[in-house]
Amino acid sequence: MERIPILKMSGFLLVSIQVDMHDQLAMQLQDDLTNRIATSGARGVLIDISALEIVDSFIGRMLANIAAMSRVLDAETVVVGMQPAVAITLVELGMSMPGVRTALDVDRGMALLNASRAAGDTGHDDVPVS
Amino acid sequence: MTSLSAESLPVETSEHVVSVRQAVRRRAVELGFSLVDQTKIITAASELARNAIQHGGGGEVIIETIALQGRRGLRLAFADRGPGIADVARAMTDGYSTAGGLGLGLSGAKRLSHEFAIEAAPGTGTRVVIVRWK
Ligand SMILES: Nc1ncnc2c1ncn2[C@@H]1O[C@H](COP(=O)(O)OP(=O)(O)O)[C@@H](O)[C@H]1O
Ligand SMILES: [Mg+2]
Repeated sequence: MERIPILKMSGFLLVSIQVDMHDQLAMQLQDDLTNRIATSGARGVLIDISALEIVDSFIGRMLANIAAMSRVLDAETVVVGMQPAVAITLVELGMSMPGVRTALDVDRGMALLNASRAAGDTGHDDVPVS
Repeated sequence: MTSLSAESLPVETSEHVVSVRQAVRRRAVELGFSLVDQTKIITAASELARNAIQHGGGGEVIIETIALQGRRGLRLAFADRGPGIADVARAMTDGYSTAGGLGLGLSGAKRLSHEFAIEAAPGTGTRVVIVRWK
């Protein structure tokens, strides 16, 4: 089956969604990413949606689910690169995506993850990323 | 209202949701919709197509370029063979879902369109028509 690749980059997981996803593919990504967070011990996840032309309530919910599940697994998710037209439409659709952190691009998302990693999360041994 | 051109697409599988989005995009671009207007109607189409499959057991959509009093627009008519909706007003409420969804599809599609009509008498399936003018 077709899958969205998950890359590892300086201790973080990076997903760049480059295709117009049908719903099963989105669900598969949610599962794959949750598993990868658990097995890799990564503390941060970047999801680049700059190539996505729309985010509807299903994809919005998938992003919110990934953010929630990563939090349970002690990792932080940042969604980066949302196009302005997509953001405008999401608001009108009624989706606020609470709990989803966003950044303008991958660099800024990475900076956000690095900053919050540096800022603390004390009480944890750093799990080496395999 | 004049119909300038129309096409009909099946709405039976989640791959069809993607092809409906792409067909709507093509038309919206042809009509010269702004990027925001394109995004709004494609997103509304995505919600209604998914509803037709998830709640309506599948159906079809007619995508039509229309003109009225010098204005042009895109009209999408989704029809399915499902159970219809017993309480349409309730189904149109933000957050109401009978399927563990977010309940934003119908109400959101209405907000993203200039015109919205729904017929969903139990037993005859559900028909949702939206228009976005240029
Ligand atoms: N095509 C349809 N056929 C039957 N019921 C529908 C249809 N579309 C929507 N509904 C009903 O209206 C409710 C709200 O729809 P919607 O706002 O899209 O939310 P969701 O799809 O997340 O449940 C659905 O849960 C369902 O009960
Ligand atoms: Mg829906």
